[in-house]
Amino acid sequence: MFLSQSIRGRPEFRIGMRDMSPVALGIGAWGLMTGVAMVKSNMSVLEAVAMTLLVYAGSSQLAAIPLLFAGAPAWVILATGFCVNLRFVVFSLHLRPYLMHMPRWRRMLHGYLTADMSYALFTKKYPKPPLTIAEQEAQEAYLTGNYFVTWCAWMGMSLLGVALANFIPQKWGLGFAGVLSLVAIVCSMATTRLRVLAGLIAGATAVAAYALPLKLNIVVAIGVAVLLCFWLEKQFGLDPTAEDDK
Amino acid sequence: MSATTDWWTLGVIVGLALVTVLTRCFFFILDRPWGLPDWAHRALHYAPAAALAGVIAPEIVMTQGHLITTLHDARLYAAVVGAAYFYWRRGVLGTMLAGMAVYLPLHLGLGW
Repeated sequence: MFLSQSIRGRPEFRIGMRDMSPVALGIGAWGLMTGVAMVKSNMSVLEAVAMTLLVYAGSSQLAAIPLLFAGAPAWVILATGFCVNLRFVVFSLHLRPYLMHMPRWRRMLHGYLTADMSYALFTKKYPKPPLTIAEQEAQEAYLTGNYFVTWCAWMGMSLLGVALANFIPQKWGLGFAGVLSLVAIVCSMATTRLRVLAGLIAGATAVAAYALPLKLNIVVAIGVAVLLCFWLEKQFGLDPTAEDDK
Repeated sequence: MSATTDWWTLGVIVGLALVTVLTRCFFFILDRPWGLPDWAHRALHYAPAAALAGVIAPEIVMTQGHLITTLHDARLYAAVVGAAYFYWRRGVLGTMLAGMAVYLPLHLGLGW
């Protein structure tokens, strides 16, 4: 979308770029580390480049790496990626009124390119969906400028990471940096006591059920955590949204 | 590196890209408005954190499919320090750097 001249010509495109720029450094560094982690986990350079260019979702990429390495079946990897990405499903419900005036291919391209930070900045800047055609065009330009910066920072630094990874010895164990990033993401998701519990239950279950074939321990872990939390909600009358900060 | 490219892995990568498109566009793919069943809404509260925790826990406390029996493992301390950093300062990058600052000396220096 950022190749479109009519979108780039709008002042909101530049404002979107400017608002995202301070965050780009962090996104770029995370991309760099993801690039290194992919190659260090025995993916070929072609695979790592394809994953960077196509998947464009850091946490699902990082979650897929150990599963690919362990030879998990495709459906387990895809199901895990889907669960890790579930927050985007919530975002898409929020973004729907902002995008529905566009043809399907256009709103899906915007959707694909809108990651966490762009969603957050865009909905902060525009608390209300557009009412007039001028507002529609302004909002589209802002969103595009915003994710243009994210996309460039992420792609450039990820590919740099892929290129540099082969110069770093395997035994340094830098792939562990990917796990540490996921630690941060898990902590950022665990915003309520029940969610902390869900994470702990899932972690313990995944370890206990590790011997299951096909990496099914991940699927079992998600299922056990979700069902136990449902049961706890019901048993103790807890409200899952009460302490939510979203 | 001796890693080779295989078609199966590339196929999974394409599948993951489709998962990205599906999840990011979930509610505006179709023209008519619709919602999720109640149970799915409730599962959204827990599934993402559970999925990630399920992936990382074995990466931190297991070696070759067995629970580690020693405390001389750099990953344990790196993960604890990383999580502590996150609650102190927030930020993925800082968490990763703080964890690696603990991991690398223990792993390379002491061989943990």
